[in-house]
Amino acid sequence: MNLVPLFVAIPLGMAFLIPLLGRWWKTSGEVLATGGTALLGIMSIMSIGAPAVVHHMGGWAPPVGIAMVSDGLSVLLLIAINVVGFLAVLFSLKYMKAYTGLPKYYSLFMLMVAGMNGVVLSGDLFNLFVFLEIASIASYALVAFGTDADELEAGFKYLILGSVASVMILFAVGTVYAVTGSLNMADVAREISLRFGREMNPALLLAAAMFMMGFSLKAALVPFHAWLPDAHPSAPAPISAMLSGVVIKSLGVYAMCRVFFHVFGFSPDLPGSLIIANGMIAFSVLSIVVGGLLAIGQWDFKRLLAYSSIGQIGYVTLGLGVGARVLATGGMRSLAALAILGGLFHLINHAAFKSLLFLSSGAIQHATGTRDMKQLGGVREKMPITGATTNLAALSIAGVPPFSGFWSKLVILVATLQAGHYAVGGIAIAMAFVTLAYYVKVQREVIFGGIKSAVEKAREVPAVMYVPLVVLAVVCVGFGLLYPVVGYRILEPARDALLNGAEYIKLVLG
Amino acid sequence: MVYFLCLVLMTMGLYCLVAKKNIVKKVLGIVIMDYAVNLYIIVVGYKTGGVAPVVEPGMSEGVLERFVDPLPQALVLTSIVIGLGVLALMVSMCVRLYEKHGTFDMSAISKLRG
Repeated sequence: MNLVPLFVAIPLGMAFLIPLLGRWWKTSGEVLATGGTALLGIMSIMSIGAPAVVHHMGGWAPPVGIAMVSDGLSVLLLIAINVVGFLAVLFSLKYMKAYTGLPKYYSLFMLMVAGMNGVVLSGDLFNLFVFLEIASIASYALVAFGTDADELEAGFKYLILGSVASVMILFAVGTVYAVTGSLNMADVAREISLRFGREMNPALLLAAAMFMMGFSLKAALVPFHAWLPDAHPSAPAPISAMLSGVVIKSLGVYAMCRVFFHVFGFSPDLPGSLIIANGMIAFSVLSIVVGGLLAIGQWDFKRLLAYSSIGQIGYVTLGLGVGARVLATGGMRSLAALAILGGLFHLINHAAFKSLLFLSSGAIQHATGTRDMKQLGGVREKMPITGATTNLAALSIAGVPPFSGFWSKLVILVATLQAGHYAVGGIAIAMAFVTLAYYVKVQREVIFGGIKSAVEKAREVPAVMYVPLVVLAVVCVGFGLLYPVVGYRILEPARDALLNGAEYIKLVLG
Repeated sequence: MVYFLCLVLMTMGLYCLVAKKNIVKKVLGIVIMDYAVNLYIIVVGYKTGGVAPVVEPGMSEGVLERFVDPLPQALVLTSIVIGLGVLALMVSMCVRLYEKHGTFDMSAISKLRG
């Protein structure tokens, strides 16, 4: 039984059926979206530990046909996307009652999930671009779903910058095709390693730069981050959780990893790969610093979380970039493995706690009617469950032991220092304390403190809203304490997939 | 030569996007950039004196050499359709923004800062 194409087919089918049935069956969106995402979540958890699968679409073998590849890295992202997606739909059931046009909302949501699943399973460069566009268009429309002035403006900004990113990625895909004459990732990787092993090809370097820029725009690394602090707070809370939790990772970080680690490859033989790795580290450090410093001054709860996302994505790409640089300079493979493991671990942790924080902000807004931290305070006493889960997530993301965020940041910092980047490591450590500072601010202003007027009438949200919060909080604690049991089986295959680019070529081309 | 035209179109689109304040003109800039990239991909598969890549019985070997590359054409078709979808969304958002603000001027619209 081959599950790989179903990951794309199920949500696409749902996205088609929901608005069709919505005319006669009012709750079609709720029922089909919950069922579909639950099924996808179970399927993604079932695929842990499964051997890597290559599915040939339509029976055409690569390099002619389009392959769908599910290896360790894809499985890691599939789990994040589908589990967070299911919890976000659960949260939407109650939260989105205030909006109109719900069948359209669920249809767009399923399109977004379909696009992201397609991106992480695609084995073909142009196919990756098409799925990326599916997910992007759905997310543009979802950011502006409320059609207020702010939401439209944020959506328009996101749309313009996202379109620029798409144009850059398409340009890069065309350039790669012009140079290598193939679009299948494994085939392109083989061509590059065979034909350009010892010399610098300027066209390929241009393509790499364009990919870097496009994926950095999608991942919101500084200096390409201008759309994120507007788009993420303006969207409805479940969509904010999806955007910050998985969209920027699957469309940005994952695509960057796949293209640079597997297609271009990092090795001492390829002179261009050192430039790419240095670029990754530079953007990461900028993101960590700018995201952290701008988060401190925010008084809008969701905007603070959005700036925090920029900083944390910087940590993820820092781990991956350090690993890439060690590979490119021909250093110790075990050190590269450690750095990449840290980056991936932080990626999945960030998916858990940032989704949790955005869903919590939605719950607090639902109960109190405001996001302004100056008007909030004492949420813990009026809403005990939401307060406790928000507190756990804040501790985890601030890097307090023994929660998951501490371990992943520790691994990244240890690897960075061992690789000899003392300045970068120092900056990252300093900014980890800044992260702690602004999450202490969140705790002081929102969770603890005296009860302000806005919170007076607040009551605990209904069960369908707090169940996702509790599940994600359990994940936050569980990843921190039970890493040898849980994380090991998800993260190790993903790390090995990134380390051995040659294995990927063998896997796809046979 | 045609590559140079692609570059000119790309820079025109980017200039339009960055320098103009009217959001409709920004949208046009995006469209021009999109078409610059489409033209570029078409040029990649172009051959002077090429023929359409249709295999018929009794073809000589010499004709096979002169086939243009069909794959970029398929890519550009897909890319044009995607561009159309994005364009429809952009224009509809411009209309909604005009309803809210009564102007197409981005500097008057933008309130989100910091």
